[in-house]
Amino acid sequence: MIEILVSVLLLVGAAFMVLAAIGVLRLPDLPTRMHATTKAGALGAMMTMGGVAFYFGDSTVAARAVAIVIFIFLTAPIAAHVIGRAGYFTGTKLWAGTIKDELQERYDPVTHKLNSGLEELKYGQPTRTGKGTSNQ
Amino acid sequence: MIGLFWNLLLALAWVTLTGSITAMNLLAGFIFGYVALMVLQKQVPVLKGYSRRIPRLAAFLVYFLKELVKSNLRVAYDIATPVWHMKPGVIAFPLRAETDMEILFVSSVISLTPGTLSLDVSDDRKVLFIHAMFLHDEEQLRNDLRELERRILKVTR
Repeated sequence: MIEILVSVLLLVGAAFMVLAAIGVLRLPDLPTRMHATTKAGALGAMMTMGGVAFYFGDSTVAARAVAIVIFIFLTAPIAAHVIGRAGYFTGTKLWAGTIKDELQERYDPVTHKLNSGLEELKYGQPTRTGKGTSNQ
Repeated sequence: MIGLFWNLLLALAWVTLTGSITAMNLLAGFIFGYVALMVLQKQVPVLKGYSRRIPRLAAFLVYFLKELVKSNLRVAYDIATPVWHMKPGVIAFPLRAETDMEILFVSSVISLTPGTLSLDVSDDRKVLFIHAMFLHDEEQLRNDLRELERRILKVTR
């Protein structure tokens, strides 16, 4: 019984990791590739570690497996965010099929200001970021 | 957060004092510590509302795992099939989270749920820019993200 559970967890986890790798090869631009690697990778690692914990059935191994999953879940989104952000702001082209980009019009490449677009709309306060009118 | 730290410390104290280092005993220590902090939380301002947060955190983890698996399958399907079904785009999502901790939590969870990746926060920290992979129904996506944020803020506030 436990063997079936362990096999399913390991196989599905490995399948997600393979899909993440295929995604890196197939997907057209940087942000979509980050989608594939972080999420499928994290879920795959989680399932593999779940399989390991069930296989050994030992609390010290289980504690380490849980710790590994927690560390992956702490680091993966931050790495993805930093890579995606750096890629975007250094001017990597988005895929031609991208239907919308609400960031572009609010970012000033000269001063590196990123406006929220809410400054003038709400409360009528002056903006904290200074002028911020270059995109109007 | 401080409440959780104290709770873990109490659990460790329980384990060392009872002398048996097992997972079950640690769990027992955690529960006793939780009850102790529940009694204390009225007197100590830092611990205010702590006893409500742990059940909410557990509920959030279950919800998060469900979302993680569900939307991972969607991304996996798009990768595995030859035609692209995706409609990627960058959307601006107004944040209700205010402190550093809340923004970190919200943006990380958004990055972890497949189909969305947080790119940056605006300089005045009011808007999170998110790269979404499936923008077929933007209103639906925004509602999902708001629901996710609401659940996170219930844990942190």
